Amino acid sequence: MIGQTEPMSDSRNEFLAGVRAELPILLGVAPFGMIYGALAVAAGLPTAAAQAMSAIVFAGSAQFILTQLIATSTPPVVLLLTVFVVNLRHMLYSASVAPYVHGLKTRWKWLLAYLLTDEAYAVTITYYQQTTAQTHRRDAEAAGVEPGMSQHSPHLRGEVPEDAGADKRHWFFLGGGLALWSCWQVCTAIGIFLGAQVPPSWSLDFTLPLTFIALVIPALVDRPAVAAALTAGIVGAIGAGWPYKTGLVAAALVGIAVGTWLDSTQRARQQREYRNESAGLTESNKPDSLHPVDSLPYPASEEK
Amino acid sequence: MTSATLWLTLLAGGLITYAIRLSLILAWGRVTLPPTLQRGLRFVPPAVLSAIIFPEILRHDGPLDVSFGNTRLLAGLVAALVAWRTKNALLTIAAGMAVLWGLQMLFRGV
Repeated sequence: MIGQTEPMSDSRNEFLAGVRAELPILLGVAPFGMIYGALAVAAGLPTAAAQAMSAIVFAGSAQFILTQLIATSTPPVVLLLTVFVVNLRHMLYSASVAPYVHGLKTRWKWLLAYLLTDEAYAVTITYYQQTTAQTHRRDAEAAGVEPGMSQHSPHLRGEVPEDAGADKRHWFFLGGGLALWSCWQVCTAIGIFLGAQVPPSWSLDFTLPLTFIALVIPALVDRPAVAAALTAGIVGAIGAGWPYKTGLVAAALVGIAVGTWLDSTQRARQQREYRNESAGLTESNKPDSLHPVDSLPYPASEEK
Repeated sequence: MTSATLWLTLLAGGLITYAIRLSLILAWGRVTLPPTLQRGLRFVPPAVLSAIIFPEILRHDGPLDVSFGNTRLLAGLVAALVAWRTKNALLTIAAGMAVLWGLQMLFRGV
């Protein structure tokens, strides 16, 4: 849908396109908003605070974690540190949309930064990249250049086009962001209302670790990620009784450190293997060399 | 937590989140993230979330409980399996809650 639309000059059309692009994601977000609202009430948060958190913090996973930590009387300092660590990934989003919003007025930047959630980012950056590539292709075709040839177009490098005033794509960002924002506020309210009707014997609080499981498992894409999750979990279970929730902070830091360390050793090994394999291939090109399989850095399979 | 502390904490949490989102939009062209930090960031969600999941499931009543009597552990394992096979968040939550309720009824002898 996004890919077929031409970059529009009209702000209103851009805004509506942003809303439309966000709609399918809202289907997935809505239940989480409701679960958050219900859970916040079940955890003992006052209704007003539970609703306000959705507007003030406006970050799904951080809100779930905050709710959990407030319910277990975590000291505010530990709580804020956790929010900081959990939301650090938004710094990557911030860096990634920065070149596209660079030419905007400051008040636009401040407004769009508030709306920079996971979901709004996902839709917006896709749109920015696709429309940038399209503009680039059109420019290239107009100039009679093959699309693949001129990779140094400012559009491809994510730089602000010279006709920055005509670029209304920030309205798309605003549309997607506001659609998500409204959905999140309304669903929180519905959740708060429904959650208040549910008796404690339903163990509704258990939806929280379940939500986290649903978020963690798809993130375990490789060994460093699995190791990060396991070490953090084990340290977290051991340190659960430590004062001021320091166990949580320690567990998170150990997990991140283990993941990062394994990731860099894996990278280093892959680079070494790549070099070895290239060397092996060069050897096999010699007429009197061994069969390429024998020169692989690992033993050939037994069936051979 | 008193009402005042709660509201101040919420405000501070919101400010921190907002500052992070605004940071590199404003600092564009002047700051770049070191590559180690960029790569490390992807481990933040699995680490923090697991650090919360494990104690919540293994030590819900205080001491470590890895027995079959721990209904939350069994429900959590089923949920993890569903999450792994389907990658569907709502199905994961539904499966976990269904197992928890089923086991609770079973143990209560209903």
